[in-house]
Amino acid sequence: MRKTGAQILIESLLKEKVEIVFGIPGGVFLPTFDVLYDSPLRFILTRHEQGAAHMAEGYSRASGRVGICFATSGPGATNLVTGLANANMDSIPMIAITAQVATNLIGNDAFQEADITGITRPVTKHNYLVKDVCNLARTIKEAFYIAQTGRPGPVLIDLPVDVQKAECEFSYPALVDIRSYRPNYKGHPGQIKKAAELINQAEKPVLYIGGGVITSGAHKEILALAEKAQLPVIWTLMGIGAFPSAHDLSLGMVGMHGTSSANHATQKSDLIIAVGARFDDRVTGRLDKFAPGAKIIHVDIDPTSISKNIYVDVPIVGDARIIIEELVKLVAKKTKMTDWHKQIEIWKKDFPLTYKKDGELRAQYVIEQICEVTKGNGIITTEVGQNQMWSTQFFKYKTPRSFISSGGLGTMGFGFPAAIGAKVACPEKVVFDIAGDGSIQMNIQELATAAHNKIPVKVAILNNGYLGMVRQWQQMFYKKRYSGTVLSGNPDFVKLAEAYGAVGIRVEKKSDVKAAIQKAIKIDQPVFLDFKVEPEENVFPMVPAGAALDEILQGVA
Amino acid sequence: MRHAISVLVENKAGVLARIANLFSARGYNIDSLAVGETEDPSISRMTIIVRGDERILEQIEKQLNKLVDVIRVSDFIDTEHLERDLILVKVSADKGTRSEILQIVDIFRAKIVDVGSNSLIIEMTGNEEKIKAFVEIVKPFGIKEMVRTGIVAMARGNKKIADSG
Repeated sequence: MRKTGAQILIESLLKEKVEIVFGIPGGVFLPTFDVLYDSPLRFILTRHEQGAAHMAEGYSRASGRVGICFATSGPGATNLVTGLANANMDSIPMIAITAQVATNLIGNDAFQEADITGITRPVTKHNYLVKDVCNLARTIKEAFYIAQTGRPGPVLIDLPVDVQKAECEFSYPALVDIRSYRPNYKGHPGQIKKAAELINQAEKPVLYIGGGVITSGAHKEILALAEKAQLPVIWTLMGIGAFPSAHDLSLGMVGMHGTSSANHATQKSDLIIAVGARFDDRVTGRLDKFAPGAKIIHVDIDPTSISKNIYVDVPIVGDARIIIEELVKLVAKKTKMTDWHKQIEIWKKDFPLTYKKDGELRAQYVIEQICEVTKGNGIITTEVGQNQMWSTQFFKYKTPRSFISSGGLGTMGFGFPAAIGAKVACPEKVVFDIAGDGSIQMNIQELATAAHNKIPVKVAILNNGYLGMVRQWQQMFYKKRYSGTVLSGNPDFVKLAEAYGAVGIRVEKKSDVKAAIQKAIKIDQPVFLDFKVEPEENVFPMVPAGAALDEILQGVA
Repeated sequence: MRHAISVLVENKAGVLARIANLFSARGYNIDSLAVGETEDPSISRMTIIVRGDERILEQIEKQLNKLVDVIRVSDFIDTEHLERDLILVKVSADKGTRSEILQIVDIFRAKIVDVGSNSLIIEMTGNEEKIKAFVEIVKPFGIKEMVRTGIVAMARGNKKIADSG
């Protein structure tokens, strides 16, 4: 049957079992929005396109499905850029559909025209400009395939207004084959065997896991591997939740604000088994002093991640789940508590994550209480900065997809829209955005989206009146000269929430924290909790930028 | 180390920009780049000359392969191969110098492709060294203009880029 481009787009999304789209319309998007009006797709109107992109990402990360966002040409499309870059850095499958000016106007500096495929080329996995309506269905099929396979990522499709109106015979392709894109999933058996031998010989191994474990759904296999070979486990920010943090073998997050035990264990290890992690600079610290005595096995779907920063002894390219499943069969079962495990226990005992436990209201306490009240079962999203690091330290995650945070790009303003997307994906779960008073204001307009659509996310604002992480660096490395980090002029967050039709609760005393969290969870509306926390609290432990991973500061000198 | 890399790509709009982006975003320098259709019109072949150590080249090769539109990448560093560049040089030439220039053209097996009242356009093909030597020799006559196609490379014998990898 002949259909318009707009009909083809919406019907193709339905064929891909899309249920929800986040976005904002515009002049050249009208043909599609007219079709959307009668379609079973749920459309959530956001208040900014950046919000739409982060919601789509939050939805994807909570559910494992592809998140979809729509934006119009020009400024609508350029507003998506940060969201696309964020999803690209963190390898999250997402599809952005942007409307474009009519094909005969492209390149003419038309009203609301931007070369969005040109602009987003470096921040998407792939992108398309569809000039012929007869290519649209195949392009959408390819986009879904590319976004979800290999190392996942965002794909953008730019759709001119005349293509939305033009007609073509529609049939959605059942299969997709791209000769230039064939990801490899099965690891090389010889390499897997070599890896097993190294694991069996190692005396001081660590299993270092990242976001790839969550993406590939390899958490069960990782647990089996760790338990069979008695491997102490460390994780990246993106790997949080891939291994239960309460497990005996857990050491916590590695890197700049990782646990001291994870960092010491990494530095002293004789074998690092990296799975779906990419040796980011926030993880390794000073590269030439990183884990000097360790051999490295690296399992990753993306060959470019291997030997990019750290030389790898045994690379295995492929899907983490498939490879670890094979590896588990080949490793020897170990039971004995070795000297290595004893040493790790000493580190854990000597360097617990802690903070000053006095009568003051401290940010870390708030997060501990959220963990306690939710019994660690909620979904936590974060903004970026101190709020993010404390969220990695003081909430005990149990399951994959329970922690959603901007890892690679470090986008302030990510957490709140991501929480909205996550709550839409998992309405039965309690979703908390742990925010700072700086970050929350970077996408605060989405309060309208949450309130109007009755998406009852909870936002814990750790309100310290500063851009806290930058302030901490100024305190430590710039003689306390707080240049540009004082947030004077903050709004009254309680009144602000109320103005949008949401609920605001202010908490000024430590003793009120728990009750406020319990109350917020019971309210079936979005809630802003404004915690007036100790203003100059710092995140520790800390490995300063450029230092080796075991040059750890436990506090301000 | 100098490497000649051959890249088979989909012959589509934007592919050159993707490849150029990859190099600029990672700070790799391209010495020479030549692009053209292959025996299959849906595929283009790029020859890229780059410099870098083993690690940089490994990254370049992997990053190129990661692009969705790239079909195959081949580094010719360990392969017997030919390299050719084509140059057009407009050289000042008057009655006094013309015959001397013609002799040089002959020695280098170049061709005169245009004759003006005070100048000649010379066409020459060769590898980088030959072209460099030629340019040095004609320089004293006065080079008015010069243009090069960029280096193209092909493996010797039966080997095809599509077989390697």
